[in-house]
Amino acid sequence: MQEKMIEIKHLRKSYGNNEVLKDINFSVKKGDVTCIIGSSGSGKSTLLRCINLLETPFEGEILYKNQNVLEMKNISSYRAKVGMVFQNFNLFENMNVLKNCTIGLTKVLKEDKEQAKKESLYYLEKVGMLPYINARPRQLSGGQKQRVAIARALAMKPDVLLFDEPTSALDPQMVGEVLNVIKNLAKEGFTMIIVTHEMAFARDVSNHVVYMNNGIICEEGTPDEIFKNPKKEETKNFLERFINI
Amino acid sequence: MKALPDDFLGRIAFIIEKYGENLLKGAGTTLIIALVGTIIGCLIGFVVGVIQATPINKSDNIFKRIFLRIINIILTVYVEVFRGTPMMVQAMFIFYGSAILFNIHMDMWVAAYFIVSINTGAYMAETVRGGILSISEGQTEGAKAIGMTHVQTMVYVIIPQAIRNIMPQIGNNLIINIKDTCVLSCIGVVELFFVSKTVSGAYYTVFETYTITMVMYLCMTVFFSKLLRIIESKLNGPKDYSLSTTDTLAYTSGMLKYPKKEVV
Repeated sequence: MQEKMIEIKHLRKSYGNNEVLKDINFSVKKGDVTCIIGSSGSGKSTLLRCINLLETPFEGEILYKNQNVLEMKNISSYRAKVGMVFQNFNLFENMNVLKNCTIGLTKVLKEDKEQAKKESLYYLEKVGMLPYINARPRQLSGGQKQRVAIARALAMKPDVLLFDEPTSALDPQMVGEVLNVIKNLAKEGFTMIIVTHEMAFARDVSNHVVYMNNGIICEEGTPDEIFKNPKKEETKNFLERFINI
Repeated sequence: MKALPDDFLGRIAFIIEKYGENLLKGAGTTLIIALVGTIIGCLIGFVVGVIQATPINKSDNIFKRIFLRIINIILTVYVEVFRGTPMMVQAMFIFYGSAILFNIHMDMWVAAYFIVSINTGAYMAETVRGGILSISEGQTEGAKAIGMTHVQTMVYVIIPQAIRNIMPQIGNNLIINIKDTCVLSCIGVVELFFVSKTVSGAYYTVFETYTITMVMYLCMTVFFSKLLRIIESKLNGPKDYSLSTTDTLAYTSGMLKYPKKEVV
């Protein structure tokens, strides 16, 4: 049996009296690529942010390798093992591309500078950003920024990578360059949870698709099950809008 | 003894010749107090501002929350009191009050540095807090997501950018301090204004003396505002960047060589 990387049990989250997540249950095994799809406001991003504890859930459990992260004392060291890529990149504006990647290695993982640099260059090459190591984030295009953000997350050698709509702020051409990077990571067997609106990408890259609607998991299964013959009416309605995939 | 010339410019030259050294010394005192006061004030402001910008989470333990709240109340009182009363009144209050109430005979210099620093600190605290709030929430999340603690996030990501954003305000404070140290003459600090008062009294040359004083103040403030502009543009970092490559022929076109890669 494959090792369960992340398991979510009865997760609830509300902002005031607006319940955003209502009893979420799902799990991710090592090597799984899980795509979370659904319309805006269905709670996808909130769910992802709860996994990284950027949002504090109201109720429920998040198990990381069978440990409840909500009871962990040292949240920082847990976060270091769970990489996150944001919609708006969130690169550090005061550092160049290389420093953006090395800072986590030197300050969080306490690696020495040379080692951190070597590893960062390796991951920057992987995402095709090696020529730009001296550039500042504001001098890069959106797609380039996102690739640096992916390299920054990868450099930490996380067990799981979370992507929060990584291509939503990009134009169609740049979407392609970022998605290709993620596809390559999937081929290498990284465990990933991806919130996305790119249905074709979700179908091709994932082995597990979760459809969320109104704060609950409406339907989940393999890409074939979800995209070819969805069982629920809501899923069908949602997917009809992406008929051309 | 030379007689006082009849024309305006002549009298100015006379004063400069006779009292120039004293005036320069006074200006030096003014500058030192303003600079030291601004630097210490900025440090105070950073500490206070950073503490005040610390979010209090419901998940933190109860002692930490109570502790932070108490500290925050003390700091708010500090900021409000020192921002809300004139520096001259504070100078009198602290310098004479400490002697009468607590029998602490504060050295005049210590009092001068103390008053200017603590005043600047009160203003800077709010400025720093604003500077921290001006950095997008996203960068804090980005830092947290790679496992940085709150302190690391502040030190490596937020504060360097906040400093850049509040540089104009630091410059403002320095210039205000250069001018406002003149209120310290009320506790007997011999700075530029004190010297000017003495000099103008010696020959009843009020207008002439203060013309010189005005020019001296103006020179100091203009010099520092220009200097701070230069520092500011330095903090912006390079406008351009060079692409890195392994192609040795491209080095001649200005591309940089990146360090040798090794398989990790």
